[in-house]
Amino acid sequence: MTLLEVRDLTVTYPGGAAAVRGVDLSLEAGRKLGVAGESGCGKSTLALALLRLLPAGTEVGGEVLLDGEDVLAMRWGRVRAVRWAGASIVFQGAMHSLNPVHRVGDQIAEPILLHGGATPAAARTRTGELLEQVGLPALRGRAYPHELSGGQRQRVMIAMALACDPRLVIADEPTTALDVMIQAQILRLIERLVSEQELGLIMISHDLAVLADTCDRLALMYAGRVIEEGPARAVYENALHPYGRSLSAAFPRIGDPASRFAPRGLAGDPPDPSDLPSGCTFHPRCPQALDVCATQEQTLRESGQGRRAACVHVGSSVPPPAGPAQDVRSST
Amino acid sequence: MTTEAGTAGSRALARQRRRRSAVRFWRAYRTHGAGLLGLGALALFTLVALTAPLTVGSDVAGVTDAPGRPLQAPSGEFPLGTDQFGRNLLGLVVWGSRVSLLVGLLAAVLSVAIGAVVGITAGHFKGAYATVLMRITDWFLVMPTLVLAIALATVMSRSLGTVVLAIGVTSWPTTARLVRAQTLTVESRPYIERAKALGGGHWHVMTRHVLPNVTPLILAQTTLMISSSVLAEATLAFLGLGDPTVISWGGLLQDAREAGAVSAGDWWYLVPPGIAIALVALAFTLCGRAVESVLNPRLEVAR
Amino acid sequence: MTTPPPLLSARGLHVTFPGRHGSPPARAVDGVELDIGTGEIVALVGESGCGKTTLARSLLGLVPPTSGSVHFAGKPLAYSSRALKAYRKRVQLVLQDPSGSLNPRHTVYDAVAEGLRIHRHGGDEPAAVAEALSRAGLRPPERFFLRYPHELSGGQRQRVVIAGALVLQPELIVADEPVASLDASVRGEILALLLRLRTELGLSALVVTHDLGLAWNVADRVAVMYLGRIVETGTVEQVLTAPRHPYTQALLSVLPEAPGEPVVLTGEPPDPSRIPSGCRFHARCQVLASGEAERAGIAERCRTQDLEVLRGGDETQVACHWARTRVST
Repeated sequence: MTLLEVRDLTVTYPGGAAAVRGVDLSLEAGRKLGVAGESGCGKSTLALALLRLLPAGTEVGGEVLLDGEDVLAMRWGRVRAVRWAGASIVFQGAMHSLNPVHRVGDQIAEPILLHGGATPAAARTRTGELLEQVGLPALRGRAYPHELSGGQRQRVMIAMALACDPRLVIADEPTTALDVMIQAQILRLIERLVSEQELGLIMISHDLAVLADTCDRLALMYAGRVIEEGPARAVYENALHPYGRSLSAAFPRIGDPASRFAPRGLAGDPPDPSDLPSGCTFHPRCPQALDVCATQEQTLRESGQGRRAACVHVGSSVPPPAGPAQDVRSST
Repeated sequence: MTTEAGTAGSRALARQRRRRSAVRFWRAYRTHGAGLLGLGALALFTLVALTAPLTVGSDVAGVTDAPGRPLQAPSGEFPLGTDQFGRNLLGLVVWGSRVSLLVGLLAAVLSVAIGAVVGITAGHFKGAYATVLMRITDWFLVMPTLVLAIALATVMSRSLGTVVLAIGVTSWPTTARLVRAQTLTVESRPYIERAKALGGGHWHVMTRHVLPNVTPLILAQTTLMISSSVLAEATLAFLGLGDPTVISWGGLLQDAREAGAVSAGDWWYLVPPGIAIALVALAFTLCGRAVESVLNPRLEVAR
Repeated sequence: MTTPPPLLSARGLHVTFPGRHGSPPARAVDGVELDIGTGEIVALVGESGCGKTTLARSLLGLVPPTSGSVHFAGKPLAYSSRALKAYRKRVQLVLQDPSGSLNPRHTVYDAVAEGLRIHRHGGDEPAAVAEALSRAGLRPPERFFLRYPHELSGGQRQRVVIAGALVLQPELIVADEPVASLDASVRGEILALLLRLRTELGLSALVVTHDLGLAWNVADRVAVMYLGRIVETGTVEQVLTAPRHPYTQALLSVLPEAPGEPVVLTGEPPDPSRIPSGCRFHARCQVLASGEAERAGIAERCRTQDLEVLRGGDETQVACHWARTRVST
């Protein structure tokens, strides 16, 4: 049975901003799904929605089936039981998610004590095990958050996420504020833990290259919708959707003469969820927009080999214009 | 393009920006019911105080040809009765509003000005200067302000100026601490580093960056300080340390006490000045709270 | 052939911060020579704690050096407030976080005009502000005059910050992580803007970043910093495609698309108050750890002998015992 299946998830914030507008995802145990996108695309909202962590007043629609059970329809007591023991989150900005006045060991032990009814001694032992698993000596549990470096705090967050043996881990921008080397260490750690414990992983990031390297499948979000989906490498190296192509081009491959002195990007800004363009929400920035794009919203279309993209050029008999993503040198 | 056109252009822009800010401020302020109430009450009091020379005239304080008999209860002719000299008490309360409001305002402005200067300079320059200044602030903070004000008023000649000085000089520490804390916060922001990188010196950073960010706090403090200054003035006058030649609400209360109005049960002598003091203090507090909540969220807009 | 003198250079620069509560002092910049020529874009890369931010700020005169000097247009920097103020007109700063770099209570006009007002610009202020905003890509500029930073997007805010730097017509810009807080699709525009300013105005730039891809996109030369020293420097093509220092090799190998096996260094970068003896990188060096240094016979040198400070010019240099042995063989 699929570990996680999301069907037509919609999230609207009080005030009318439609952060997520109909997302379908599925994930098997032991597999890794990457969700990529920029600010305002709804990826963090999606992560919080999966565990019903959104603020009161937010309208959430659709289904989130975790091992067959719909999280959105669960009773409150069941939701609390599922949180952390069924699925856990490594939050964005992990540096600030730790309480500065408690020792990190106590913070890791907190969910263990809340869920399992374990004795404090058992919780301490388990905390020690978890710290070793994430590559920190067990004694570091006695430290306060400010005594640890950024990379160490991130490891503590991961240990905390694994505390109750969840089956699904959602990592929201786990390496964003970290240096390249520490980022590599953390990603390696995540990969090892996921394969050792047969966890399902959803990794959310704006860094397409990192996701392509770490995940099996990649879903690209824009303005609250998934606009491309498929095997990670394929989506990264050869995106079908124009947005995917520009996003990959924004992170140049070192050694590639085509990107030397040629930074690639898109004109305009990511759209504001409370004020979305009509039709295909990407059309104002799209280098290959057609007239129909301004009026007709695109749905995901199959394109063979397990790939789907929501673009009028995909799946049609006419091949899309084979130009690179818009070269901003020649614009404004 | 000539320089005059240029400066005229930038002045016009500045005017436009200020007008827009004012409109925005007013729109936000309008949503606070309590603030509007306070503002309305203040407008009323100010109107009464400003038109007092026209409505009651300064001779309402004249003792020699007082219109009524002493300590008359309220009646049709004298809605609030008369005082111990037979003067119209309603007229006295109206006349007294001028002094009370004026002293309250001046004392508050003095107090906040001292506090702001101390706070901003201590927060900006730091080092030994700030340490010395903050110790002085702490010293003033732990001193009972009323005792200090009384001491000052006794030592100096009894006049309105003394009262203003006594209140202003003793109540600035709270403002200083708040302003210093806010200054430290503001100065840790990256835009201060940018201002320095652009070539800005101490004066520029303090006036163009720290001061605008600290002004909402100062404004809110001023309105709150006015209410406590009015009360302090009333207290000092009640204790007999105010200017004996002017009519103020606190002075009226003192006269009432000396005339034995408390034991005689002449409530019309005690209640109206007391209520007036309380209402003004309340009105300023409501306004101050509303100003604070309008200006504060806009300070830290983090989108 | 004589090369033109560098526009900005650091000579034997040391910046040491006193330790707190009796801990040893932190040698944030521990001997750096760096030149930036006219019309050149130099990338200064390294991890957090390597001293690149401190180096950038001492080049700007914001942090006085403990020893050594900063030279601009051939003359050493004087630290009197008048001399520094005059210097600010010629070298400007663009910071990482555009939302923090702009005072939320100032309009876009005020933010850009600030520099002009500090330096008592005599001419037409609105025209200068409009021109700076257009150069930074915000058109029509008048539409932005009365807007506040919170009404703009991240990319627009960064353009306002750049306009604020341009309005003084500087000759060099120091950009500290100019696109790190921006969305990926917006990065390209800001980087293209930097390149365009170089072409149109001859503006030089020192870009401080941890992102090697950024260096590949916009820089002519790159200097890799580790624990207060520059360990490798040269043209971007040379250093990023054929790195010689083990640290540079490791950094490049962990990038998602790098060929070959990633070298993930263990541990954290040590802090600047406890710099190892010998080569400061030897404690984490993969060449030493794998025994290759032993085989080359220089392992003892790695542990005990510190390397000299690299020269600031544009030739390719590397501060590594092992790399040097490979060249000579």
